[in-house]
Amino acid sequence: MLTFTIRRLILSVPTLLFIALVIFLLLELAPGDPMAQVPLTVPPEVKEKMREALGLGQPAHIRFFKWLYQFFVVEPMVFWDWMWGTTYTEGMQRVISWQTRSPVMDIVVQRMPQTLWVVGMAYIVGILIALPIGIYSAYRQYSVFDQAGTFVSMIGFSIPPFFTGPLLIVLFSVQLGWFPSIYDTTHVVTDWASFKVQFMQMIMPVMVLALQTTAQISRYMRASMLENLNEDYVRTARAKGLSEAVVVMVHVLRNSMIPVVTVIALGMPAIFGGAIITENVFKVNGIGQLLLTALFANDIPMVLTLTFIFAILIVVFNLIADILYGVLDPRIRYD
Amino acid sequence: MTDTLQIDPIEALKDKEPSKPPRSQWRDVWDQFRKHKGALFGGGFLLFITLFVIIGPYIWTLDAQKLDIRNKDMRPIYTWLWDGSAKIAWNRPLGTDNLGRDMLANMIKGGRTSLAVGWAAMVLALFLGTLIGVLSGYFKRLDGILMRFTDLVLSLPLLPLLLVAVTLFRQPLRAAFGPEEGMFILIVGVIGITSWMQTARIVRGEVLALKEREFILAARSIGTTPGKIITRHLLPNIMSPIMVSATLGLATAIITESALSFLGVGFPSDFPTWGKMLADSVPRMTEYPERVLLPGIAISLTVLSVNYLGDGLRDALDPRVRGR
Repeated sequence: MLTFTIRRLILSVPTLLFIALVIFLLLELAPGDPMAQVPLTVPPEVKEKMREALGLGQPAHIRFFKWLYQFFVVEPMVFWDWMWGTTYTEGMQRVISWQTRSPVMDIVVQRMPQTLWVVGMAYIVGILIALPIGIYSAYRQYSVFDQAGTFVSMIGFSIPPFFTGPLLIVLFSVQLGWFPSIYDTTHVVTDWASFKVQFMQMIMPVMVLALQTTAQISRYMRASMLENLNEDYVRTARAKGLSEAVVVMVHVLRNSMIPVVTVIALGMPAIFGGAIITENVFKVNGIGQLLLTALFANDIPMVLTLTFIFAILIVVFNLIADILYGVLDPRIRYD
Repeated sequence: MTDTLQIDPIEALKDKEPSKPPRSQWRDVWDQFRKHKGALFGGGFLLFITLFVIIGPYIWTLDAQKLDIRNKDMRPIYTWLWDGSAKIAWNRPLGTDNLGRDMLANMIKGGRTSLAVGWAAMVLALFLGTLIGVLSGYFKRLDGILMRFTDLVLSLPLLPLLLVAVTLFRQPLRAAFGPEEGMFILIVGVIGITSWMQTARIVRGEVLALKEREFILAARSIGTTPGKIITRHLLPNIMSPIMVSATLGLATAIITESALSFLGVGFPSDFPTWGKMLADSVPRMTEYPERVLLPGIAISLTVLSVNYLGDGLRDALDPRVRGR
């Protein structure tokens, strides 16, 4: 298992490098000019200096390697310095955003908590709703509950978040006035009342994202439970005289969770992607919204770094899913 | 000696005529498909919405782009049921928007674009996926490299990359092909290029299994070229997984196009698509909820019906499920 993990970790390095290259080349080939907004009265030699100040003076491959160095060496060192109060990175060049002229990672760190709160909560809520639905609809296959569950998850697959979002806003913020329609990120939780405000404003974005998760995971849970319910060991367990609750909740559930856990791990990056739309609907200023604004402002370093962070998430969670599968299922041996 | 021996054939072998008339495979498929009520409804609705957007402009001849500022902000006629004072007119059945453009004409035109993008992107993704899947399944030498490539593309963050590609490349394409055609090519291209991977994996798996069967061996032994084996023997046998992934691809493509339009990187503003109409009406959705609801429901129902259709097709085309 350890050798497998190490081998996969080493293999993920070229994958990440390839992804970085693809994103970099895509941005490189794109015809946007960062100097397009500069007034025409600015003389060309000054413009040239400005380009150099943005780090555009060198050829593409040197810029790519500089960015790699900054992302993989300088930024972790900055994090180290911040953790332990050391000063290794004094005078080192970090990845600088063209919009704000501040380091990209500082902005990402500012925006990350909002995204993590909303996305993380949505995922947890989605899983907590999906698992019981999946278990019960498999146990009572073709019952009314199962049919309704199938229909609801079909709807969850089909209604896009940019429609459910406005729908919920019209219903719950405008007509009923229960929840705020805009997520206030400056809100600080200090006591019970402010926690309630925070809770209220999180309900709708979390629900929109959770609907998608629920639809997907409850389907997997149902299929996996159905596969296991007809196994011989279930009959054995019943024949031993175990109660139905123990048979289903201990024997079948534990075995059915193996594929579901990996699906949960694999779905994590996708929900970060889906959060781009949800953040836009509810005006949450998380990293999805940051990516959008950076894109419209032609802020190449920011777009490159953010897209690469999304890619790292995907690669890491794929790795986690593979390892979890091996750990949970003793039948699977990777070596 | 042997010719005198009379063996009584068992019951079934005595039949001179088959007890049931032979049935074609597609009849069986249709019978199974008909049992799935959701799929039947889904197929019917998809057919209806496709006809609606194709024939619609000939029946409802109003120009979707025509501004009629005097008749702006009209409500749909059904608003009259609960609000007698609402501004309605029978010649504007779904009302008008804030510039007086007719909503029904816009819905038809928007649906045309959305469905066209969906179909075209799906066909492109299917073509790429089948090509790569067949190549890597049939030719062992290409398998390793093509599947590693598929894995790499699968680990790309797709929605961010779609956003990047569409934002950065829209200017040159619009300059080259005109605002609408350029955008259409760009969106179909990026959606197609980023959604072939699942099809490729499924097709590769099927081809790997089929390749070892006797009829392929027989075909190869009489000297059939690989190209002919693929087109004559492999492709017809993997039609069913391809069709199922086609429905999934259509649903994803429609949603992706709407999402891009919603985020403001889709078609130009005077060119309606369902996603664009939805996005444009969100700021005033408290006064005119129908402008969000109508395109939203259209997208959701289309995708829902396509998903149900795929569900039914999966059951109908799988001989192990069929006939149960």
